[in-house]
Amino acid sequence: MKTKMKADGPLIIAGRAFGSRLLLGTGKFSSPGVMKSALKASGTEIVTVALRRVELDNAQDSILSAVDASRYLLLPNTSGARNAEEAVRLARLARAAGCEPWVKLEITPDPHYLLPDPIETLKAAEILVREGFTVLPYINADPVLAKRLEEAGTATVMPLGSPIGSNRGVKTRELIEIIIEKSNVPVVVDAGLGAPSHAAEAMEMGADAVLVNTAVAVAGDPIAMARAFKKGVEAGREAFLAGLGSPRKAAEASSPLTGFLR
Amino acid sequence: MEIQVNGEKRQWDGPVTVLALLEALGIRPATVAVERNLRIVLKEEMAREMIHEGDTIEIIRMVGGG
Repeated sequence: MKTKMKADGPLIIAGRAFGSRLLLGTGKFSSPGVMKSALKASGTEIVTVALRRVELDNAQDSILSAVDASRYLLLPNTSGARNAEEAVRLARLARAAGCEPWVKLEITPDPHYLLPDPIETLKAAEILVREGFTVLPYINADPVLAKRLEEAGTATVMPLGSPIGSNRGVKTRELIEIIIEKSNVPVVVDAGLGAPSHAAEAMEMGADAVLVNTAVAVAGDPIAMARAFKKGVEAGREAFLAGLGSPRKAAEASSPLTGFLR
Repeated sequence: MEIQVNGEKRQWDGPVTVLALLEALGIRPATVAVERNLRIVLKEEMAREMIHEGDTIEIIRMVGGG
């Protein structure tokens, strides 16, 4: 049988190929062991980390000891930054700590909703791109901002589905659809994906990848949930490539409308 | 001498190098990044970069995050 399905290739960000379209955060796991197993079960190849002060009286080892840096690209985020200056400082520190010059740019002045500041994000992106960083900015689902960031040289855009950790899914659907339509860089739906079905929805829309943390880390069984998200992402991607039917108001019979027994 | 490390005031016999400070605090240099007075101290500079009275030191590392 001849198939019309488009062949899938790897996820390519800044010229680098990744076999998985699921990016996983490393926050909120109950133990390094659980995190390590969940990363493995998810199939992810890109994991985000944060940067914080070392506790001087409890200088335990870095998270790096639980994450095999040869298997995963460690993507440091700039969480905690409230403006461009703080974000640039964190990105430079991450590089000095031994990370590759990749950064998830995240500037969230308001701790209640953790919505990203578009003006500071664009400002920081311009500086970091100039300094040779591969920049993956976390943004609100704003197609104009996404375009401006792409023009500034960011490697992706990462619009939010809903606020970080809210588990509410893709509430910004129509705007993300525009971003996907217009973008020449990979679109990674980040934040708010609370269930594998949310991840599948984003992928069905044509997102290139999704980033998940809370939904996996705080699940009853994070390892099983990591596996479930992997399947959700794969199912959504495959459905997108296969070509989804368009929604319609009236019924369209699946069975023949001829030859009825009367 | 008095220095500020990660926001805390500390008394220290000094001057010391950044590397010596990290070792005294039980921190492996490989896993952290250090700033002295807002300037990053690269790993290869740690053995010779001196910390003086009144300096502000930040030592950061990677932690779990999304």
